[in-house]
Amino acid sequence: MKLLTRKVVGLTGDGAAAEAMRQIDPDVVAAYPITPQTEIVEKFAEYVAEGLVNTEFICVESEHSAISACCGSSAAGARTMTATSSQGLALMHEMLYIAAANRLPIVMINVNRALSAPLNIHNDQSDTFGSRDAGWIQLYCESVQEVYDTTIQGIRIAEHPEVQLPVMVCLDGFILSHSMERLELLSDAEVKDFIGEFKPRTNLLDLAKPITLGAAAMPEYYFEHRFAQSHALDRALERVAAVDREFGTKFGRSYNIVEAYQIDDAEIAVITLGSLAGTTRFIVDRLREEGIRAGSLKIKLFRPFPIEAVAAALKNVKAAAVLEKAISPGAPGPALFSDVLGALYHQGVKVSLISYIAGLGGRDVPPKSITRIYNHLQQIAETGRIDRILNYLDLRGWQ
Amino acid sequence: MKDDSIRKLDKTKLPAWDETPLGWALLSEGSDDFKTGGWRSQHPVLDPEKCTSCLFCWIYCPDSAIRVKDGKMAGFDDSLCKGCGICSTECPQGAVKMAEGAGALQGGGVKK
Repeated sequence: MKLLTRKVVGLTGDGAAAEAMRQIDPDVVAAYPITPQTEIVEKFAEYVAEGLVNTEFICVESEHSAISACCGSSAAGARTMTATSSQGLALMHEMLYIAAANRLPIVMINVNRALSAPLNIHNDQSDTFGSRDAGWIQLYCESVQEVYDTTIQGIRIAEHPEVQLPVMVCLDGFILSHSMERLELLSDAEVKDFIGEFKPRTNLLDLAKPITLGAAAMPEYYFEHRFAQSHALDRALERVAAVDREFGTKFGRSYNIVEAYQIDDAEIAVITLGSLAGTTRFIVDRLREEGIRAGSLKIKLFRPFPIEAVAAALKNVKAAAVLEKAISPGAPGPALFSDVLGALYHQGVKVSLISYIAGLGGRDVPPKSITRIYNHLQQIAETGRIDRILNYLDLRGWQ
Repeated sequence: MKDDSIRKLDKTKLPAWDETPLGWALLSEGSDDFKTGGWRSQHPVLDPEKCTSCLFCWIYCPDSAIRVKDGKMAGFDDSLCKGCGICSTECPQGAVKMAEGAGALQGGGVKK
């Protein structure tokens, strides 16, 4: 039993991300601390100070500078990582698009936190959902172990010759970032071997082979360039799945781009991502004990969106709810709901789909509230009628 | 991508989406391909008597509009000079003066 020989430790989500970064030993890290990501940068700065990594750590004056430095170092041929959260990610916004369009394989840990105003440091997913069109691969984690594993996988995904795109590893603020869990670590050698040597595509410092990166593209070029980038992101889906499979074969843990639970014969299902997936699975078990055919679907890969996998998982479900921690003011529905709806339409799958927004600004989403969503779905499955599409869980004054 | 390597853009025909260089990384040396000469509403005039060929103008020019021949300042490129006047501002000798209008820099814009 190979797995039993693994080093088992207790780490928080931030601690696990920092430990993965230590083992990855990137050439450059440029980051700015922000709650609840601070512990990642703090811990990694310690590793740098103690000489445990060979990383050039750049202390910057803002997140805009952090990601700008990352773009420069990645383009110069350095394996580059960063970490941020919420307002920090918002401040990075314009550079996120540039990192993706210049095809720079940067890996960023983002600790999901609500956006201001009002100021709030607690968890929801409005920060990374706001960056969903930036062209980054976005992976959401359910557990501390998944944060650790996904960070390591992220390097392989970003740097794959057919991908060459930045990757965002997302974990829920405090719920994962500050909660200590049992964690199985890989050895430094295993991580080094899995990620391999970085073979940069561009090297701006090679004076013998000068290149121009970041040139303007006028109307006769721009459209083709942006389509090529978008096409590359779509194609990355297969690569994300393949890296996860390889990780599973080597180390015994794999997550899939979506994870269906008890869905094959389910009549009702809740679709969600991040740490909510665990609570939802717990409710499914309870409902199954009562003979209710409930299931759940966790979406790990949010960009590129797994259209086929989501629709295939839901094809026999009568009624489903998308449960997400973000609001899209003025939109026909929130982001994840709209994407699931779009996926079903793409694949011609008919499901009575409703939306539940929950947990904004770190409000707890307890099991009993998720049970209420399933009760609502039972009613829709029985009557075949959707009474209300957009729903808000535990929102005072909303009936 | 038919070819993921960095390529020099084929300017004889406009590329299809899968022929564009990955990440828009180009082997060309800069912005020479963008002809910005048509933007000009002022034009530089060089006084060769004052010019010491220190080439500050060549360094500061945001385009590639300063012509250099045998290490000497040799006038301006008509197709690239957008008339920004940075060369005039930066010249330590005051050898470049801006004049109204697009002018015609075919002669290199050197005062006769």
